[in-house]
Amino acid sequence: MVTSSETSVAARAKYEPVIGLEVHVQLLTASKIFCSCSTRFGDPPNTNVCPVCLGMPGVLPVLNRKAVEFAVLAAMALNCQIRETSIFARKNYFYPDLPKGYQISQYDKPLAEHGWIEVTTKGGIKKIGITRVHLEEDAGKSLHEGFPDAAEKTAIDLNRTGVPLIEIVSEPEMSSPDEAYEYLTRLKEIVLYTGVSDVNMEEGSLRCDANISVRPRGQKELGTKSEVKNVNSFRFIREALEYEIDRHIGVLESGGRISQETRLYDANEGKTYGMRSKEQAHDYRYFPEPDLLPLAIDEKWQAKIRESLPELPETRRRRIVAEYGITEKDAIVLTATKFLADQFEAAAKAAKNPKRVANLVQSELAGRLKAKGLEIEQSPISMNGVAMSADLVESGVISGKMLKELYDVAFERGKDFPVVYEEEGRPEQSRDTSTLQKIIDEVIAANPKQVEQYRAGKKTVLGFFVGQVMKLSKGQANPQLVNELLAKKLE
Amino acid sequence: MKVSDKDVSYVAELANLELTAEERARMLRDLNSILEYIDRLNQLNTENVPPMAQVSNRYAVDDSKQGSEHFAYAMREDIPNGLRPSLPREEALKNAPDADGTFFKVPKVIER
Ligand SMILES: [Zn+2]
Repeated sequence: MVTSSETSVAARAKYEPVIGLEVHVQLLTASKIFCSCSTRFGDPPNTNVCPVCLGMPGVLPVLNRKAVEFAVLAAMALNCQIRETSIFARKNYFYPDLPKGYQISQYDKPLAEHGWIEVTTKGGIKKIGITRVHLEEDAGKSLHEGFPDAAEKTAIDLNRTGVPLIEIVSEPEMSSPDEAYEYLTRLKEIVLYTGVSDVNMEEGSLRCDANISVRPRGQKELGTKSEVKNVNSFRFIREALEYEIDRHIGVLESGGRISQETRLYDANEGKTYGMRSKEQAHDYRYFPEPDLLPLAIDEKWQAKIRESLPELPETRRRRIVAEYGITEKDAIVLTATKFLADQFEAAAKAAKNPKRVANLVQSELAGRLKAKGLEIEQSPISMNGVAMSADLVESGVISGKMLKELYDVAFERGKDFPVVYEEEGRPEQSRDTSTLQKIIDEVIAANPKQVEQYRAGKKTVLGFFVGQVMKLSKGQANPQLVNELLAKKLE
Repeated sequence: MKVSDKDVSYVAELANLELTAEERARMLRDLNSILEYIDRLNQLNTENVPPMAQVSNRYAVDDSKQGSEHFAYAMREDIPNGLRPSLPREEALKNAPDADGTFFKVPKVIER
């Protein structure tokens, strides 16, 4: 990454960055927001268009009820207050992929306001405010490259025109690129949980613009901001923000002034560039959309939508930590998607010992996935497979060592645990006790004091013996069997 | 005078309109006379009148129902092609000044 050499560590310490994010999320409706064209991604260009989304004269928009419900659900998940009456407004600007010459959006009366997300920062949990969540329509897609006439012409695909979006605007309350990254991660996770979007950055169903300024530490007044647009990954947003912070400080330290402008990030160079744009491009002349009625979302409808609000990641994480005794870090992995968390919980509940399932995920599954470069969703061993293996160990049918071997086989063959267990002929650990007896005899002989204590009635010492035997058997013994044999021997 | 010649030029530029000096003068006159008329309306006390963005707000509603249901008929269910099917692509591209059978074509847009 390119860092201005003049921006010394000392200079950086003098300033405090202030970051606000605007995130656009495509809603997973089957049809567009104001017409019934399909929203399917990847269809042949300009095949999902009609007079309404092409902006033909005389057409009228008709609002998609599902788009409203999805927007409200997301806003609720982001702790927002829903407005009983919100108003659609026209945002006027000219761009070739905006056939009407205006975008239907919301302005002074957005769908929802006053929300927040909790974000883990270096200084602990921080609440980042959400100013507003509003509904709007997407624009089409401009293709600048890849055509023989690309030097003179831009190709336009209007399939995306009119796909429902929500715009989520944060308060300028993040003070580092890391916090911004964390905010986006949490936001994405929450939206995924609600199921209103697939938040896929490659397909453009989540897009992010960042506002960034710096001010001398302790100063209340905000510095002049720049806006970084169209960055296509969370990592690049973090990098673009790092770059901008250094650039701002460099300019200010050398006595210059920041001009308010929109900049694009070049990920290859790790730099941002100012866009040559006319200043009045920011004068959108919003006015209420005369073709749409006010959007009334009364308490009754809100309550109905709220019923479909799932348990959200943060709450679920806390519960899972408490319920299954796993670490915060593993809970984050296991709750990364609702699908995974549901699977884990179903498996853990079905298993004889839920904690063992959680432990196996952490100790046996996570490492193997990492070695293969797989996400947990791509694991050959499903949560059900983990639950089955946990039960087999729990009941002493297989040993811990055998489980490890079976997991290795499963990863080699790319098959789930139950399949591999069948293929391997349902192995069972030997209940041959002769080796174990020998170890037990050794342990008893080596610890006469503990034997005395046990025989004097201190039964808790049994745990000590089990531990010793397990250690000498290198963890291969079946603990249940060890318990039985030891108890018998010590009586 | 509420509007100056400079305002007219600015608004014309935002609207991508090229106006002659004569047209600008006429626009200036028209805009000012419209705004003067609005001033007359402003003399009315509208303190307890809710703002109305469109007439349908007033008339195209079901007055027998309350809240969301009041406006409910103005929404549609999320069914692809449920209201009106999408156009065949030839049809969609037909009126465009330039198209290649798949895409609309416009003069090169330079992003930066
Ligand atoms: Zn359409």
